Amino acid sequence: MVKKVIKVLNEMGLHARPAGLIADVAGKFDCSIKIIKDSAEINAKSIMGILTLGAAKGSEIILVCEGKDAEKAAEEIEKLFKKNFDEE
Amino acid sequence: MIVKTGVPASIGIAIGRVHLLKEERIYIEKKDIPKEKTKSEIKRFKEAITKVEKDLDKLKEKVLNVLGHQHAKLIEVHHLILKDPLITKDVPLLIVEKGITAESALSEVMEKTGRDFNKIKDDFFHERKNDIFDVCKKIISHLIRKKIVSLKNLSEPVILVAHNLYPSDTIQIKESGKVLAFCTDMGNKSSHTAIFAQSVGIPAVVGLSDITAQINDGENIIVDGEKGIVILSPDEDTLREYAEKRKSLLQEERFFRGLKKLPTATRDGKRISLMVNVDVTDSVKVIKDISPDGIGLFRTEMLYMNRDEFPSVEEQTAIYYKFLKNLPNSPVIIRTADIGGDRAPQFVMREFEDERNPFMGLRGIRFFLKHPELLKNQISAIYRANVHGNAKIMIPMVSNMEEINAFKEIALECRNEIAATKIKSNLDVEFGIMVEIPSAALVLDSILGEIDFVSIGTNDLVQYMLAVDRVNHGVSELYDHYHPAVLRIINLIVQTAHKKGKKVSVCGEMATEPLAAALLVGLGVDILSVPVKMYLRLKYVLRSIGFEEMVQVAQNALGLVRSDDIKALLKDHVIY
Repeated sequence: MVKKVIKVLNEMGLHARPAGLIADVAGKFDCSIKIIKDSAEINAKSIMGILTLGAAKGSEIILVCEGKDAEKAAEEIEKLFKKNFDEE
Repeated sequence: MIVKTGVPASIGIAIGRVHLLKEERIYIEKKDIPKEKTKSEIKRFKEAITKVEKDLDKLKEKVLNVLGHQHAKLIEVHHLILKDPLITKDVPLLIVEKGITAESALSEVMEKTGRDFNKIKDDFFHERKNDIFDVCKKIISHLIRKKIVSLKNLSEPVILVAHNLYPSDTIQIKESGKVLAFCTDMGNKSSHTAIFAQSVGIPAVVGLSDITAQINDGENIIVDGEKGIVILSPDEDTLREYAEKRKSLLQEERFFRGLKKLPTATRDGKRISLMVNVDVTDSVKVIKDISPDGIGLFRTEMLYMNRDEFPSVEEQTAIYYKFLKNLPNSPVIIRTADIGGDRAPQFVMREFEDERNPFMGLRGIRFFLKHPELLKNQISAIYRANVHGNAKIMIPMVSNMEEINAFKEIALECRNEIAATKIKSNLDVEFGIMVEIPSAALVLDSILGEIDFVSIGTNDLVQYMLAVDRVNHGVSELYDHYHPAVLRIINLIVQTAHKKGKKVSVCGEMATEPLAAALLVGLGVDILSVPVKMYLRLKYVLRSIGFEEMVQVAQNALGLVRSDDIKALLKDHVIY
């Protein structure tokens, strides 16, 4: 199991487009990928789930990947956050 | 007559008949299905999704053509929603587990998602619920083979009243061309509907909470998108008043639109630079549309507001670059953040807590020189963004030479740092100061050698000249930019600057008032900078006055002692 604490740093937070990017990348992996914020826990492969987190700029989330390609999945998703989802 | 107040979403006035868009409450019976039918039920569900996907492709093409790229992105989000495991996996699972129909399984999933969304407090996120519900409604309508009511077939112009409008409704509104205005129960300033209304230019009021319950199909109402009000069963007088208002607004708008391509020059041919005051949140598209001579004041305070940390160099660079690249041939005068004063409570810094007199306190350059790292970030970002060489930097709240020297030292540091990197941008940037503190005006001759231009911030200059706190109602009648002392100090600034060949602009409220704007031109001010929505109106005023005449009027005004006499003199000569 890979667990990472990530801070949302892009201006718009996890709104539709970043949520879509995460769900898209997450969907390519076999492992289970969860995002936890406060008391909510959602499936990172679900854009709706990510949106319901309401994660604005500055909030902290925990990424939990479990399965055979967990390491790689966590890395790829963290990368999206790091480059601020290519926001202009 | 009932007046309902909501959120003003798009300006304009409309008077017309209501077309009430009934919230389609699709009642889904919870129907059990026999076990042997679950397989075919899942197949039916998957087919519905495929159909919606095809519909979306068609819609996307239309949206691209009619509304443009920005709106088409929304459709991509809808595609992702269709692929969401909550829909593709959970729904089939529910069909099997509970032995229910596809539509009841989907509505169960949606109810849960809706509840999760309702827990979010942030409006921006909350609004995304609509996209999701829009997609699900489409799936359900395929499942139960019910045609969604179309707005395309409206036979006469109407004012659309709805609980909420979905992205697929807005495209139909645009296509029908029959919707004069719309009002909704739901929504706020950041709703898709508000943005849509502005982009197609129809009046709209949103967030009216229960307008759909108070209104009947076919009744006459008035929508005032500027005030954000809707008037139900208006009386004769109100109707007449609004009909007049609407007529003159439309005439004015048509007339002003005709001015877009014309130069800003006085009747006798003197070219005046007319620029716009802009905020980091303003729309570049709207600014480009009126093709101003430049951005005379680019405010950056908003970057620091309502947040826990300061904006990074990268974030700032991206924002400045967006404006600079869109007006590559016009000057963009970026004012370093004027944090403090009446805006202090919106910032998180502790220094402001106990200021007794914030207007005379720690603000503008004073604040930044106490936090040089913040100033450095901002200057550095401006340099980095200056790829096209059209940026200028303006320093607010300067009261002495030392502040300019300190500022320029930091700017030099930034230039050296950037020059040592591979960043390709133009480091040759002009500096100017805001003259708003009388001391800066009085010693201007000795500091002009250090700067390239001067901008008069009349709002603050007037309050400091007259010792009138501009937010204190008790002294508000003393606040007067026609005070002879104000005229004299502006005259002094212009004369001093022109002697050294430096240009003077005015970016305060004074420039937006027709009489005062004409007076400023007569005093020799080179550039007026006004809010975007006032731009064409001011262009019209400037095109109506005579330059030589105003020079004479200004000279005469300088000899008057009472502000009423000055105003009367201007009224005689400024006819527009």
